[in-house]
This record gives sequence, C-alpha cells and structure tokens, in this order.
Amino acid sequence: MAAKTTTGSRKKAPAASGGRGAISIRNVTKIYDPEGVNVMAVDNCSMEIQAGEVCMIVGPSGCGKTTLLNVIAGFHSLTHGEIYLDDELLCGPGKPLAKQGADRMVVFQNGALFPWKSLLDNVAYGPMVQGVLSKSDARDKALDMLAEAGLKDVADKFPGEVSSGMARRAEIVRALINDPKVLLLDEPYRAMDALTKSIMHEALLEMYDRTKVTIFFITHDLEEAIFLGDKAVVMTTRPARTKKVVDVNIPRPRDYKLLSSEEFRILVEEAKDAVHEEAIKAFEAGERELA
Amino acid sequence: MSDQAISSVEAGKAGEVRAAPKGIMLAWYRFKKSLATPDPYLMVFGIFLWLGTYYLLTEGWKVPRFEKIPGPVEVITEFFSRDPIWGTSLFTEDFHTNVYVSCQRILISFGLATGLGVPLGLFMGWSRKFKDYAFPILETLRPIPILAWVPLAIVMFSGFETPIIFLATLASFFVTTLNTLLGVESIDESYFRAAGCLGSKKHHVFWHVVVPGAMPFVFTGLQISIGVAWFSLVAAEMISGDFGLGYMIMDSYMVNKYVSMVMAMISLGFVGWITSAMVRWAGNRMMQWRVKALALEGR
Repeated sequence: MAAKTTTGSRKKAPAASGGRGAISIRNVTKIYDPEGVNVMAVDNCSMEIQAGEVCMIVGPSGCGKTTLLNVIAGFHSLTHGEIYLDDELLCGPGKPLAKQGADRMVVFQNGALFPWKSLLDNVAYGPMVQGVLSKSDARDKALDMLAEAGLKDVADKFPGEVSSGMARRAEIVRALINDPKVLLLDEPYRAMDALTKSIMHEALLEMYDRTKVTIFFITHDLEEAIFLGDKAVVMTTRPARTKKVVDVNIPRPRDYKLLSSEEFRILVEEAKDAVHEEAIKAFEAGERELA
Repeated sequence: MSDQAISSVEAGKAGEVRAAPKGIMLAWYRFKKSLATPDPYLMVFGIFLWLGTYYLLTEGWKVPRFEKIPGPVEVITEFFSRDPIWGTSLFTEDFHTNVYVSCQRILISFGLATGLGVPLGLFMGWSRKFKDYAFPILETLRPIPILAWVPLAIVMFSGFETPIIFLATLASFFVTTLNTLLGVESIDESYFRAAGCLGSKKHHVFWHVVVPGAMPFVFTGLQISIGVAWFSLVAAEMISGDFGLGYMIMDSYMVNKYVSMVMAMISLGFVGWITSAMVRWAGNRMMQWRVKALALEGR
C-alpha cells in the first residue's frame, strides 16, 4: 500500500475555506408512488455539508439514506425542497431531477465496476467518454492512479478476478480520476469482513488526506461512521429526517489505534443511543427496504 | 499487489508452483484430473449402455417393430464402407454434397438471424420507444410454429433454396432477438447509473454497457438459436428440399434405404454438435471477463 501522507493533522474541515463540494440539503422530501399509494422515503430533511468534509449518514436499513444519495446523484427526482452544490441549484422546484455528472461520483453498494472491462479500462473510462483526455492519455493517467492505490499489478485484470477489496478500491480510483467535487459512497464496505474493512478504511482516509474531496458516506456501522467522519448524521427510520448530528473532533490523520481510545468510545455511544431507538422503530415497522 | 509479489517470490524459492498450464497442456491437465473422478467412466459406460440396447433391440434379439430398423453394426459398416451396399457412405460424393449444402444453408440462415436479431434485440432493450413499436408484432409472430410458415414460404419465395433459408432464419431470429432483449434487461441498473455518473453520452452507454452487458444472454440465445436453425432447416428440407441432410432422410425413407436414413440422422447429430461447440467457443473468446470470473468460482 502507498505510504501514508503526512499532511499535518487537521481538525474539523475548515468551513468552506474556498474549497469546493459544499452540499446544502434544504427541506428535501421524497415521495415514491409506485402503486398508487404514497410512500414517503425522505421527509423534510435538511443538512449542511461543508466543502471537503467527510459526512457520514447513519441510519437503520431501509430508512431512506440511499434515496437521499440517489437524489443528489440525479438517479431519482425529489418531491419537495432543494439541494445546492457550491451554491448552485442541483435540483429543486421546477427541476426535480438533478443532471447526472462527473462532479458527483457514486460508489455503489454492490460495486459497479464494469465486469467486462479491465480495472485499467474501467478507470480510464470516465475521462475518455467525457472527452477530457485521449484514450491513451486516459490510460496513462489511470495506470498512475491505480499504482498510487497499490493496484498496479492487477490493472489488467477484470473485476471478477480480483478480491472485493481491490475492486472496491479500484472503483474509488475510477471515481477520483474525474476530480469530482463530491464522492457519494453507498455502504461500500457492507459485505466485507472486519479485517478487510479496516484496511479499506485506512486506504480511504489516506486517499482523503491526499485529495480532500467532500465525502457523503452512507453506512449503518457506527464505528465506521465515527472512525471516518468529520460528523455523523443520524437519520430517523422511514421517512428519513435528520435526528442527531454527532461532531467528530478527532484530528487527522487517523489510524486504527483510535478505535480503542476513550474519546472514540464516547462518540460511538453517543450516536448509538440515537440509532438504537430508530432501529427498533424500523424493525417494528418491518417495512421492505426501498431501492 | 504487494502480497502477490511476495507469494510468487516464495513460490520461486520452494520451486513448487509452476507457471499456470495453458492451451493443450491445460486440456491435458484437466483430462488427467478428470480421470480421478467417476465422470469419464460413467460417460463411457453410458455410451455403451445405449449402443448395447440399440444393438440388442435391432440386431441381437430382433424385437418386433425394431427388426426393420438398421442396427449399429450395419450402419457403422455401411458408413465407413468404400463400396456401400445402399450407395451412400462417408466416401461417396452425394453424402458430401448433402452435408455441405445443409451446412451452407445453416451458415447463411444463422448469419442472417444473428445479424438481424442481435441488433434488433439490443435496440429494443436500449430504447423504450423502439420496444413499444416492435415488441407487440414480434410477440404475435413468434408463437406461430415454424411449420405453419411452410406453405407461405413456398408461395412467397421462388425455387428450392430461398424458402428453406427463410424458414431456418425465421425460427432462429426469434430466439436470438428475444434472448438479446432479455440480456439487455438483465443488466444491473447500477451499471447504467455508473455510466451516467462517469459522463457517458447515449452512444457510450450503448457500446460500453448495453452491448457487453447483454453478451452472456446473447450467446446463450445463439446456442439455442443454432439448434432451432437446424431443426427448422431439416423440417424445411424434408418438405421442399433439394439436397441437404433433411432431404437425404426423406429421400432414403421414400425408397426404403433405412440405413442411409439413419446415417443422415447421425450426421445431423454430429454436425449440430460441432456448430454448437463453435458458437460456445466464439462466446468464450468474446467474454474472457466472464470465463475468467467463472473459472475462479470453480466452474
């Protein structure tokens, strides 16, 4: 793995210090209407994410977290409210569906590297189709970035040939090569064992320290949320609203030793109480998860 | 990745892990490995069981209703005879012509069906609007059995050749189109979303997601489609043919040359098997990503 960068320790994200990728979610409501019955997935949800901040969204399964992400990414339209990216309207009244674009890159729950392309071609794909780089330049840059992530030796392999951890890392590289303002991650490490997960976490933090990209990270793993995030937003069960914001004032760079520290424990406990309540509600409601 | 590098260094020291076998060596390795399983023995046993039953029914015990059917010894002797009793064997001109003509017809029909069916299926899967136009008609025509088209084909097309090719093409076209369409619809939504995120235009999505994503289903479809093509080809040749293996079956039957009839049937089995294997081979060549992933899963 690449050496850890030593960009001095940084407290919380400097509030919009001329950075980019600030997201402002204002009173967003999303109602699905698949069978003539309204299902409210997100209800009047507001939050501010600073430029360059790692914002962790925590909530029980099926609470509408992914819906929120899909609205930001432009996969779903919203019903009410508005979302701004760097003071520019993404979606809102009169424009319910945000335009999909490379400024907001999504890393999907089950992974969406194209299985028919090698890792290298996957990573080179974005700049190539956007016409930013020629095919050979895109491949050169992709190889550099894969090498930076420690994936040089498997660059020519297909996603089906490498471990899920490597594939996931390559998928993040595929997102980052487009120099996005925001990285939207939808429970990317959900199916991984704890050991792999911790390696993935450190790699992600290392990548973040290098790029300072704004991260919108959905998870239901509280430790993951506190370990990675500048703040953890606890959502209510469906319809999703912000229930509690836990600020994580732990300096970066962080490493796994943090996991056994007292301040980490305290923050996890703080978030756990809020999440537990919602988890019980969600379980009792027993609703099927929304896409 | 670094841990891979480490393992290969260790392997070098121990001198145990060889380079992965390739090509013929790989086939040989698999064959040797398969000898340790019951599979090959059961296969050989199965073949002899069938042949034995066939022999006993026809030539051994001459069971009533079976005595007219040529037995395996008779057929095989005739097949490899340079001077066949019934006039047709592996070494006679007319047999070659029949096999050649049938294969040529299949090549044309299967080529046409694939060339038309795959693009049509891809477009239907890719564009909702196009599907709305094309699908209802397709779904109405598809269930019409291919034999029901025979009279119309004879009326519509002149000569012997075109009606036969039309019938074989039609049957395999429907299979290919439908499977391709299903293939596109089976592509996980997240690939389309990922492509959208990455800034793809519509034609990029078509060439980089729709086409490769549908390939596994397309090739499954083509395997079925080539079988269907043979099926309808032989039916057509029996009814209105001039040369071809189907014609050979019908012609031999008419003049009571049952041995030749069975020879044509066996030949059809072999040629059909070979063409299927060719389609499978082409599919594996085009979908290395899938072959490799499946191999790692032990399939």
